[in-house]
Amino acid sequence: MANNTKIMVENLIFYYGNDKALEDVSMLIQENKITALIGPSGCGKSTFLRVLNRMNDLIPGTKLKGKVLIDGYDIYSNTTDVVELRKKVGMVFQKSNPFPKSIFDNVAYGPRAHGIRDKARLTNIVEESLEKAAIWDEVKDKLKQSAMELSGGQQQRLCIARALAINPEIILMDEPASALDPISTAKIEELIRVLKEKYTIVIVTHNMQQAARVSDYTGFFLLGELIEFSDTNKIFTSPQDSRTEDYITGRFG
Amino acid sequence: MKRQQIYQQVAFGGLRLSTLTIISVLGLIIWFLGKEGVSALSWEFLTQAPRNGMTEGGIFPALVGTLCLTLGAIIFALPLGVFAAIYLTEYAKQGRLVRIIRLGINNLAGVPSVVFGLFGLAMFVEYLNFGPSILAGSLTLGILILPTIIRASEEALLAIPQTFREASLALGASKWHTIYKAVLPPAIPGILTGTILGIGRAAGETAPIIFTAACFYTARLPHSIFDQVMALPFHLYVLATEGTHFEKTLPLQYGTALVLLGLVLGINLIAVIIRTRLRRKIRW
Ligand SMILES: Nc1ncnc2c1ncn2[C@@H]1O[C@H](COP(=O)(O)OP(=O)(O)OP(=O)(O)O)[C@@H](O)[C@H]1O
Ligand SMILES: [Mg+2]
Repeated sequence: MANNTKIMVENLIFYYGNDKALEDVSMLIQENKITALIGPSGCGKSTFLRVLNRMNDLIPGTKLKGKVLIDGYDIYSNTTDVVELRKKVGMVFQKSNPFPKSIFDNVAYGPRAHGIRDKARLTNIVEESLEKAAIWDEVKDKLKQSAMELSGGQQQRLCIARALAINPEIILMDEPASALDPISTAKIEELIRVLKEKYTIVIVTHNMQQAARVSDYTGFFLLGELIEFSDTNKIFTSPQDSRTEDYITGRFG
Repeated sequence: MKRQQIYQQVAFGGLRLSTLTIISVLGLIIWFLGKEGVSALSWEFLTQAPRNGMTEGGIFPALVGTLCLTLGAIIFALPLGVFAAIYLTEYAKQGRLVRIIRLGINNLAGVPSVVFGLFGLAMFVEYLNFGPSILAGSLTLGILILPTIIRASEEALLAIPQTFREASLALGASKWHTIYKAVLPPAIPGILTGTILGIGRAAGETAPIIFTAACFYTARLPHSIFDQVMALPFHLYVLATEGTHFEKTLPLQYGTALVLLGLVLGINLIAVIIRTRLRRKIRW
């Protein structure tokens, strides 16, 4: 099994104002693998995820120390183009957040933002992305309809399609299935497994079974620290740290 | 319990009474104007210039003038106001400077309109040498309604959920693209609300245009933005105060007032319809 490091995080420390949210986190994230991040609420999973596409830049007063390299490039160096970075690193949010536009316009939003105007090409991208996100059959007859009229599960898959449409290399998912019923959740999990062929995926989840089912690697966070990071199998069968064991067996958190 | 119910009754009664008072005052104005003015209304009244020392004829030049001035004010103030609001909410670093600017804008909204008129006279008519003209009047009215438009636009922009901005930026859209395509469209109904208020005010104000745009009488329609025009509110003022045949022009005065009211209500109605249409289309 050839291991290619896609993302390298080194001694990452992150502050909101004076509050430290991440404490010396180091992690190697492998290409074309699914990496799951677990841990109790408030331990810094979302913060970590948002470090990877510099979404935290939007929050005033944040500070970052350490290094984050993607494909060997420091994404926090002065020469990094944040827009280019975010084209490469797509994100699906915890709460589905489609734009109040049509289904078509939602998926075409990213490509249009990158300057693609050609109608045929856009149509192609939209169709392909919706197919990859396993929602094409449900919406193919109503692409002009507002995305707000879809169900919650459909909206989340639409958001996944929207993220895929920019053709990223990495996809960050923050609890993509937390607000969904078991059937929609199963669909999204299946989808994630398929997507792994082409994308590097980092997913935050509160659902232990989900992490065990879909991921190749798992990292356990606690109070801003990365307590343990290794093969998902190892984490769930023989965790090295007693706190990890306590958490995954449900004894705290 | 009993006591609380009494309080509630009293409170509701008070609220109902105030609402009723406001509505009846409004109704009274419309009824009164309608009753007195409707006799003056006719096709000729709307399409002809005043005649015979303004004791006869219509108000066409004033109608056209007011439309020009209002339109000019909106053309000038709407983009400027929206851009200012975008800058203040989306770009500027939120801090003391922005707070001071906001304070300034709010104070500007409270300045009496005659002050704007004098400013317009000094700035546009004299200093920039536009003379009394549509241009000078429109700019003056534009400045007058700018605070209203900025405030409404700011509120509309602030009401847009942060998730829209995040979603757009996360897709690799630039900041400007995000504002233009993800934030502005759902904010337009709110911005229109401010614009509607602005239109009503611009069309109805007298003081700002007395020195900057309005003329006593001209039968000639404006040919360029450097022409002076008649305007409905000023025409009304002239008829009511300076006419030598004050009594004779009474029906004309009511008619003019009625047309002005109808114009403002009509423009508002159009804007409200556009707004509701948009709201229905972009909801979240
Ligand atoms: N915008 C913010 N400003 C200030 N502090 C924040 C902000 N966002 C998060 N925090 C703090 O940072 C810490 C980590 O938050 P984070 O959202 O990363 O946790 P999480 O692991 O994703 O939790 P959850 O599972 O509940 O989503 C928390 O203590 C939180 O209060
Ligand atoms: Mg979170």
